[in-house]
Amino acid sequence: MDKQTRDILEILGEDARVSHAEIATLANMSEKDVTGTIQQLEKAKIIRRYKTVIDWELAGEEYIYAIIELKVRLERKEGYQAIAERLYKFPEVRSVRLLSGEHDISITVRGNSMKQVAFFVAEKIGTLDQVYSTATHFVLKTYKEDGLILDEPEQVKRLPVTP
Amino acid sequence: MKTVPPSGIRRFFDLVSEIDDVISLGVGEPDYVTPWHIREACIHSLEQGETSYTSNFGLIELREEVSRLYTRKHGVYYDPGTEILVTTGVSEALDLAIRTVVNPGDEVIVVQPSYVAYIPSIIFAGGVPVSVSTKMENDFKLTPKELESAITDRTKAVIINYPNNPTGATMDRGDLEAIADVIVEHDLLMISDEVYECLTYEGTHTCFSSLDGMRERTILLNGFSKAYAMTGFRMAYALAPPEIISSMMLIHQYTMMCAPITAQIGAIEALKNGEAEMQKMIREYDRRRHLIVKGLNDIGFDCFKPKGAFYAFPSIPDTGLSSDEFAERLLNEEQVVTIPGSVFGETGEGFLRCAYAASRNDIKEALERMDRFLGRL
Ligand SMILES: Cc1ncc(COP(=O)(O)O)c(C=O)c1O
Repeated sequence: MDKQTRDILEILGEDARVSHAEIATLANMSEKDVTGTIQQLEKAKIIRRYKTVIDWELAGEEYIYAIIELKVRLERKEGYQAIAERLYKFPEVRSVRLLSGEHDISITVRGNSMKQVAFFVAEKIGTLDQVYSTATHFVLKTYKEDGLILDEPEQVKRLPVTP
Repeated sequence: MKTVPPSGIRRFFDLVSEIDDVISLGVGEPDYVTPWHIREACIHSLEQGETSYTSNFGLIELREEVSRLYTRKHGVYYDPGTEILVTTGVSEALDLAIRTVVNPGDEVIVVQPSYVAYIPSIIFAGGVPVSVSTKMENDFKLTPKELESAITDRTKAVIINYPNNPTGATMDRGDLEAIADVIVEHDLLMISDEVYECLTYEGTHTCFSSLDGMRERTILLNGFSKAYAMTGFRMAYALAPPEIISSMMLIHQYTMMCAPITAQIGAIEALKNGEAEMQKMIREYDRRRHLIVKGLNDIGFDCFKPKGAFYAFPSIPDTGLSSDEFAERLLNEEQVVTIPGSVFGETGEGFLRCAYAASRNDIKEALERMDRFLGRL
């Protein structure tokens, strides 16, 4: 990856709303080149999409999250892809990961109440043919998500003038 | 003592403390907290009870890491046993170096605009500072001619600092080789303050002692303050031939004893595992560099594009104000802190030091305020 591409990705990765003109300044490129490079990155699916980090709790929406670890039975030919697809098509399922170790797959489920999440797991996930056990862990508090610390970020305490 | 005035930066510090809603481009240190892995290593060492003095030279493991770094990066070998001294900041290393090489009456050449500590340190050691001025039209590089013009029979050493505080200038290998020739010809020593080494955005940094014949004539100073955002740790080192290091060590052992052990442990961690986080900070400084230089030029300053460190050093448009008046009014009227160029030597008059170790939002806001201020002048 060249330096300018990395610059663009790092800048947008932190704040997707920075204008192309500002990126051009920061990365020392022309605005036209920035726009061209971003289009290429989008086309190559390196940039998947632009999303907003929302504190739903603060907005008054009481979401409940649970991490569910699954043990699965693999069917011939199909491998893990088939079960992953069945899982990720549920909108309640926010993430699906294949794991090494004791469990095979970990998913994150979001709902409006513990009861709703529990029923979803029991009815939709636990009943899938390939799934032979589930372990549900409700999330009590999230401190850091996808690289973003959710508490107030740490500020350096500097004097206002130093040599 | 009375001949050395307090740093001009200090005066601004006092002014600022009385004003609210200040945006500071006056800070000569990173706006990052030290990377967590480094702090964590220090915390762990405290839990393990590592709270004693260390060897006067510093922990051998740290000296070995430094030695490996210079071999790997610059192809110069320094013996961890006799040629590396760990100090409390480049500040201490600088003082030791000057006290070691300067006899009363010896002249030391300082390349200005320069970091504020050089001239006072020379005077404290009984030496005589002699200034040479670099110029914006030469990209603030020292030319061999300028250097020669300042040399006399009493000249003992030269202090250079690239990447430079306050100008952001760098010198490439060819530029430095021309200086090295003058050093040999006049049989001088070089004190090279390379504390901003890692913050080089264009080209690659050449360490002075890696030049032909310069290892024996160089006291190289470098540290952790800027590259690893570790200013408060007070961690640095001096690299020099054994005769020089042993003299510096003599002063160090009686005045400082040793650098703090916790900070030394943090420094080891920084050298072993700090590269990725350092590079990330440097990439961000580089973006801010483009932002501030373009911004300053757009609002009417004439700003040299710095190649290293984290300072922009624009020349002030001709408004009849001295750089001191300009900076003071900018502070009082728009609450933006900058440092007047005159603080860094007479030749800095007419310039302003704007540190871009500040968030992009602060830089943008400061530029808007400066634009407003210029509009009113
Ligand atoms: C050129 C230069 N040398 C040395 C220092 C002091 O560094 P340290 O924190 O290692 O004492 C500074 C700090 O601003 C500097 O700019």
